Amino acid sequence: MAASMLFQMRRHCSLVPCLTVAKRQYASNPPSLFSKVFLQLNQRFLEVEYLIRLGNWFKNRDVRRKNLFYDYAQKKYGVNVAAAYSILKLGGAFRFAGQTEWFCTDSKGKFSFDFVNTPDSTIEEIDLSRTLINQAGLHNLMSQRKLRSLSVQGCPEVDDWFLARLHVFSETLQELNLSHCPRITVGGLAALQHLRQLQQLDISSLPQVQSPGLVHILVEEMLPHCKVIGAEYDQGLQIQTDNREPTDADSLRHAQT
Amino acid sequence: MFSLPKVRFTGRSYKTLSLINSHCCSFGVNSSRSFGTGRHVRKDFIQDLENQFKAFRDKAKAAMPGSDWSPIQVTRGLPPERADVVIIGGGVIGWSIAYWLKRKLMSRDSLRVVLVEKDPTYSQASTVLSAGGIRQQFSLKENIQLSLASASFMKNINEHLGVLNEDPIDLQFNHSGYLFLANEAWAHIMEESYAIQKELGAEVTLLSPAQLKERFPCVNTDGVALASLGLENEGWFDPWTLLNAFRRKAMSMGVYQCFGEVTGFRCWTQNAETTDGDLLNIKRIKYVNVQMPNSLEYQPVECAVVVNAAGASSGKIGDMLGIGHGPKTSVAAIPVPVEPRKRFVYVVHCPDGPGLECPFLIDYSGVYLRREGLGGNYITGMSPEESEEPDCSNLDVDHEFFQEKIWPRLAHRIPVFENLKVSGAWAGFYDYNSFDQNGIVGLHPLVNNMYFATGFSGHGLQHSPAVGRAVAELILDGRFKTIDMSSFDFRRILRQEPMLEKNIV
Repeated sequence: MAASMLFQMRRHCSLVPCLTVAKRQYASNPPSLFSKVFLQLNQRFLEVEYLIRLGNWFKNRDVRRKNLFYDYAQKKYGVNVAAAYSILKLGGAFRFAGQTEWFCTDSKGKFSFDFVNTPDSTIEEIDLSRTLINQAGLHNLMSQRKLRSLSVQGCPEVDDWFLARLHVFSETLQELNLSHCPRITVGGLAALQHLRQLQQLDISSLPQVQSPGLVHILVEEMLPHCKVIGAEYDQGLQIQTDNREPTDADSLRHAQT
Repeated sequence: MFSLPKVRFTGRSYKTLSLINSHCCSFGVNSSRSFGTGRHVRKDFIQDLENQFKAFRDKAKAAMPGSDWSPIQVTRGLPPERADVVIIGGGVIGWSIAYWLKRKLMSRDSLRVVLVEKDPTYSQASTVLSAGGIRQQFSLKENIQLSLASASFMKNINEHLGVLNEDPIDLQFNHSGYLFLANEAWAHIMEESYAIQKELGAEVTLLSPAQLKERFPCVNTDGVALASLGLENEGWFDPWTLLNAFRRKAMSMGVYQCFGEVTGFRCWTQNAETTDGDLLNIKRIKYVNVQMPNSLEYQPVECAVVVNAAGASSGKIGDMLGIGHGPKTSVAAIPVPVEPRKRFVYVVHCPDGPGLECPFLIDYSGVYLRREGLGGNYITGMSPEESEEPDCSNLDVDHEFFQEKIWPRLAHRIPVFENLKVSGAWAGFYDYNSFDQNGIVGLHPLVNNMYFATGFSGHGLQHSPAVGRAVAELILDGRFKTIDMSSFDFRRILRQEPMLEKNIV
């Protein structure tokens, strides 16, 4: 039966795109069979809610584990070592003040514990691109009052609450890279006003920000001493080209021809 | 059994029809889907027959046992006859209590919660007509704790209120702190509040007039002695989204929603004598009468616990119970001190106004201002003097009030607002606690099973997640577990000991 149908479909080649389009339309909206069953069960048993919460808990386990607050390490080795350890655990990299060498993890996530020997050196630059840091994990870094540069490029867990918490670095932070973070919105960018020392800010490619051109201008106005890298000013503007009123230049051109 | 061959049959019949009509190749063999946009001109006998069958099947289904249909007319939307907890008022506090009651218990039927809301459109609800701000800059310890707890709830709102197979909640939270300005007289109060806020872990900073000028060049610092700016967990959000998120989640957890108005109670009374020799009527609510909208029909709901979260109308609910009708000079003569107060909110357009850095500004003259969107729109308003309270019978806006009171003060504080255009305005109610402008949370001593969660005087929305949890704890555990709110009890009103909050807007 199925084979014959397939054969027929092959014969009417023009039909194939038609059918696939119809199928795709149908498949995008309704929920999968599993969640359909789940929804039905949910109407009768409250336990389903707890199952969902448990499922979310397991899903977020990795994020939570990576953003633990290293209280013990702070007490035993001092705040700087705890901060350095938390960065390397997340898979990021950092540079101590007065040094040129970066500490980072290898491809397997292993790293050397040399930083334990220098508990007094503070961190100046942090690169947490494409890691799972969230606003809870920022707690470990709060002690680094000499932080000059922070990059959280492409971090899926960085949201507006994370940005609101960056005010602790307001006296020192000069460079901040927020590009490609999928959860940042305009509401969070407004919190960057506390970072008065900021000299360079990257807010390009934020998918949640509507009208990025306008936001770019507003952020530049908010931080007058800062170089903002972001969308072009006219991005997100809908310039209407057709059915506009004929301008003077147009009418002049018409008259010439 | 019957449907499958029929579909095939109609499919075949369709095929033959199309062959007759146009002699082009046949479309999908197993489906009766038509690719043309026009309707069949010829009358299709099979189609007719099928429609007849369908109508018959619908009729048979309606008459089958287990359907909604019954020979006696029954009003739809009646509340259940019995419930464990009846929550009066479907504002954000009411729904938050409903959510936390369900959340704290681990099974669906262990507690039957019914929530009664009189207005399904929420057209006069204080929740949705508020400016939607959240701040930590209060002077009372409990209020600061409530704000901190609510902010951390909003941080993880999708873990709390996310519903299966629905979009995640986007509160549209705008992280711009509150900026309070104080004159000479208020500066020392601001310093005291700042010390308390810092002690409880709120991120607030004090600014001198010079620092204020440097941070916000558009603000005129004349008369300002001190300013305090919130750094974290402050801002504004969309109240409607929060209300709907609570409602959606609570209903998915099995809370009954009922649209109707509470018109009365049936109580059981007992006489008691105080040590001073006064006779007191101790009441216990047995039934709540819920009247259906647009009809005289009402349903008494037998219940164990009633929660009064009716906001601006909670004074009226207390009145129905006879609170405040007792003999003079006794505690029974003290009414619920919550009354509606009308507050105007004006939307103004000012293209030269402050941009993204615009804080939620609160001037010592009482005027507040916040940004609305990115297009140069702002929301502003102020609380009128006690003697100039507007009439609360409707929600009409007094535009004179903006011209005479708000605009001069606003333009004095931020000079660019001399050029502005009012683009809209609305009015909403505060559930104003005329006794001490603070929430009332807890049991009424003379009505044995009525819990109050009302009178928040304009900051109920921002405290709703934490207040809901506190009331649920009080009902289910008998005491507060996370935040101690025992000083918000009704007894302070009976004892005439006001607990004044200094930072009221």
